[in-house]
Amino acid sequence: MLDDTIAAISTPPGEGGIGIVRMSGPNAINIGSAVFCFHNSVKKPQSHRLYYGYVKDPEDGRIIDEALIAFMRAPYTYTREDVVEINCHGGALPVSKTLGLVLAAGARMAEPGEFTQRAFLNGRIDLAQAEAVIQIIRAKTETAMVLGMSQLRGRLSGAVREIRQTLLKILAHMEASIDYPEHQDVEELARGQIVHGVEPALSGIATLLETADRGRILREGIRTAIVGRPNVGKSSLLNALLHEQRAIVTAIPGTTRDVLEESINLGGVALTIIDTAGIRETVDQVERIGVARSREALEKADLVLFVMDASLPVSSEDREILAAAGDRPCIVVANKTDLLQDTEQALHSVIENVSPRSVVPMSLLFERGLAALEQTIMDIVFRGEATAPEHTMVTSTRHKDALRRAQQSLQEMLRALEDRFAIDLLAIDLHTAMEALGEITGEAVREDLAEEIFRAFCIGK
Amino acid sequence: MTYPGGKYDVIVIGAGHAGCEAALAAARLGCRTLVITINLDAVALMPCNPAIGGPAKGHLVREVDALGGQMGATIDITRIQIRLLNTGKGPAVHALRAQADKWHYQRQMRNILETTANIHLQQAFVDRFYVKGGRIRGVVTHTGALFEADAVVLTTGTYLRGRIIIGSLNYKGGPNGQLTSGKLSGSMAKLGLRLSRFKTGTPPRVHKESINFDKMLIQPGDDKPLTFSFMGTPASGEQVPCWLTHTTEKTHQVIQDNLHRSPLYSGDIKGVGPRYCPSIEDKVVRFSERPSHQVFLEPEGRDTAEYYVQGMSTSLPEDVQIAMLRTIPGLENVKLMRAGYAIEYDCLDPTQLKLTLETKTVAGLFSAGQINGSSGYEEAAAQGIVAGINAAHYINGIDPIIIDRSTAYIGVLIDDLVTKGTLEPYRMMTSRAEYRLLLRQDNADARLTPLGYKIGLISPERYHVFTQKSASVDNEIGRMQERTIPSTEDVNEYLEGKGSSPLGGHVSAAQLLKRPELSYDDILMLLQETVSQEPDVAAQVETQIKYQGYIEKQMQQVEKFKKMENKALPEDMPYCKMEGISREAAEKLAKIKPRSIGQASRISGVSPADISVLLVHLEQQRRKEGTRHVESTHNTVH
Repeated sequence: MLDDTIAAISTPPGEGGIGIVRMSGPNAINIGSAVFCFHNSVKKPQSHRLYYGYVKDPEDGRIIDEALIAFMRAPYTYTREDVVEINCHGGALPVSKTLGLVLAAGARMAEPGEFTQRAFLNGRIDLAQAEAVIQIIRAKTETAMVLGMSQLRGRLSGAVREIRQTLLKILAHMEASIDYPEHQDVEELARGQIVHGVEPALSGIATLLETADRGRILREGIRTAIVGRPNVGKSSLLNALLHEQRAIVTAIPGTTRDVLEESINLGGVALTIIDTAGIRETVDQVERIGVARSREALEKADLVLFVMDASLPVSSEDREILAAAGDRPCIVVANKTDLLQDTEQALHSVIENVSPRSVVPMSLLFERGLAALEQTIMDIVFRGEATAPEHTMVTSTRHKDALRRAQQSLQEMLRALEDRFAIDLLAIDLHTAMEALGEITGEAVREDLAEEIFRAFCIGK
Repeated sequence: MTYPGGKYDVIVIGAGHAGCEAALAAARLGCRTLVITINLDAVALMPCNPAIGGPAKGHLVREVDALGGQMGATIDITRIQIRLLNTGKGPAVHALRAQADKWHYQRQMRNILETTANIHLQQAFVDRFYVKGGRIRGVVTHTGALFEADAVVLTTGTYLRGRIIIGSLNYKGGPNGQLTSGKLSGSMAKLGLRLSRFKTGTPPRVHKESINFDKMLIQPGDDKPLTFSFMGTPASGEQVPCWLTHTTEKTHQVIQDNLHRSPLYSGDIKGVGPRYCPSIEDKVVRFSERPSHQVFLEPEGRDTAEYYVQGMSTSLPEDVQIAMLRTIPGLENVKLMRAGYAIEYDCLDPTQLKLTLETKTVAGLFSAGQINGSSGYEEAAAQGIVAGINAAHYINGIDPIIIDRSTAYIGVLIDDLVTKGTLEPYRMMTSRAEYRLLLRQDNADARLTPLGYKIGLISPERYHVFTQKSASVDNEIGRMQERTIPSTEDVNEYLEGKGSSPLGGHVSAAQLLKRPELSYDDILMLLQETVSQEPDVAAQVETQIKYQGYIEKQMQQVEKFKKMENKALPEDMPYCKMEGISREAAEKLAKIKPRSIGQASRISGVSPADISVLLVHLEQQRRKEGTRHVESTHNTVH
């Protein structure tokens, strides 16, 4: 800590315009220079100035994005360390790719609140803010823990654990043969056996990394489908959640003909919001495709926001959609409460009809009820009712970073194996790989290793 | 009634492997040292296997020696066989292992204790401590002697409330027919020290004349002048071999048929036994699919007929032990000399100790060896020397030493015990060391001899030899980097003969040495030189050049590690009042009282977020006090 260079996306996800990748630490300037080429040749960039150019992959020189870069030398920076900021185009893809590049070039993914923590530890911000720093670290970690818990059940952890288990067996075998050389019970691992064990692990990691490279990083959160009959205010709800106008909102039923996806960060919880076309029987060709996609989105959703018009009685179509939501966690948004004469009675009727689902009264037109909805979503997520989707693999750049380090170590190990290096050196690379994978599953290598050695091998005096 | 027994600087309770090293270190550092043992005839007793060393354990012995300890030199003189293990597995894990002549080892060690200035040996039971104002002041023996001292080192091994179990038979007793100490545990508990109950065991011993070695595989020693001590002279005399045989299905049948008579399965044994050292009945039950387990016959000494049956540790009744031994090829007519047994004993929860091995509750009271939850002679010796040095430093008002995890296995051992605690007897393994490639047995002197010299356990003469050797290594590495080897027909022909590809142009000798298939001797051949370096120096040069890449990788990790180790945490941090630290972490931190952020991060239950919060609090405290927080006040070794 404090001696390495950290990086993170410093703009909230899901918001457009520009996205900023920020780095801080002794290597920030070197790394920044490695991933950037200036539009006009600049020999030595000045501190605290914005330069125009391109983000490039230092490995193959490929241009990733048009961008602005600022090098800010210590101590006049937020963290009092060298800081580099790269302003990319908004949207998750260019920003996360840029982040991926700086991580590959030697930066480490920042922990929650770590920039602020460094600012504090380096004397940049005063004592009164220390508590705030602690709260940031704590709050984000707790959220991450809840999400981590739900991800434990997800496939990523499952897949990583499986890879780890394969590697653990090899490592335990290596270590047992080192620590118990006289035990013939522990035959020496043949090189072929090692390759045989490591290769599937490597391809497993590669597969996981591919899912990350498809641009799902950061976009992947709890899949939240906004569903409802046409013109009940689904797109308005999306916009309200995004705090911006993204979907086209009109008063003509069937305006949203496709499925829109957006990511939002709700108090640290990543949600992928899917706005759907209104579900109804339609003859319009284009709209029909939209409706089919809506049903598909509903089926894949981890959380359903069912929007209905509270000023109209609950219709059979409403009931059908609710039935289609099945037993997925579902919040009923009773919109247009501004049109109600007797709010209480109308809501009572809604609640009766949709029980036991939670009902949140809203008036999207008058921007009322949003906070209550956000709270209800958070409650459901934190109770663990809505969890990260099964098909989610690599959701965070941190995980990607860890996987890549594991991959690198395993490749180095195979190279060393080819060069006929001794087993204790191979074990070093394998250890490093296991530790990187352990960052994802939260398991410590040394403990597991001892356990596995004694489980698998019969050694004793 | 007590009577004044006399005044000392340091009292060591116990004269096993920890006690001997502790006493010798303290005495050699000028402290008047009293060693109290239950039985003067059992100084440096090896109640279990007649061997010293092996992977990680052998490393510990080399380190103890490099620091100025005794175990290495004593086993060098008294060994009857020596081998270098793991030679095919890489430089980090080469390990020496010696078969000891147990009685010779004991006599030799006792003689050294008796002839070392400042040491007095005394046979007695220590019944209680004499503590005043939170500081140790002395001990009282069962005969009423009050010995006064400001530092006491506990090295009681498995002797505290020892209980021997053989089948349904169980009785109070220490290892190998020794007496046990019944009262000291109570005095420790009174001081607020938490005790737990561990279990270990040993196999039966048999008579040489009843063994048919024709049915076994011979396991000879290495015919090389190997020594544990960097200053050692190899023992003379022919090496005595060990023998390998194995259990059979019949053996397993005997065990299965008599499991109901095993105290392990009847519930008579309550102590926690080690997983790495299961008894034969454990092995047969847990690995029931295995048709056979290997058994080694190891001589207990040169002039004795007694053989140790390695692999057959057991607490089954004696008649079952005989029956099962006789199902083993070569042991059909075996005669038992001593039965195997299990032993239960009291030990300290080691998280009550500081990294200096001083107890956190009683100033001046140190503790080392098996009482700290470890197992093995070597682990005991390693803690013993550290406790002895720190007891002496305590008396002399010098900062204690703490050897860190990146410097030595000794550091890994003590840090693991003190920071994480242990739920079973702790055995050193090379896989427990993060920086294994740096902690090699060949460079233990480079890691620890300068410290030993600084402390005063290494003589100026020995230090001079060491610096000469270091200089030779450095010079030779420099020379290897400078000298080039041309791409000539002769050179390429030689390379081809070694299965190595021919040279494109000339390369440095060092560069060529990095090829795995080439050795230092090959390079000398190519340079048309004969070996002029000592084998020790040559080995160092070869390892450092060959594995430079990996060594550098580990050095970088060590750099990071040290930064965290050097962020000192005051002992009185109010963890439980700190906002933002999880409750579990706060409780653990308050209990362990880590001395650095690095140590704190190794406590189980303390998360990276807790460490982040801790750093913020530390900075907050620093600013409130208006002083820069002190970087490590201890004399940590780098």
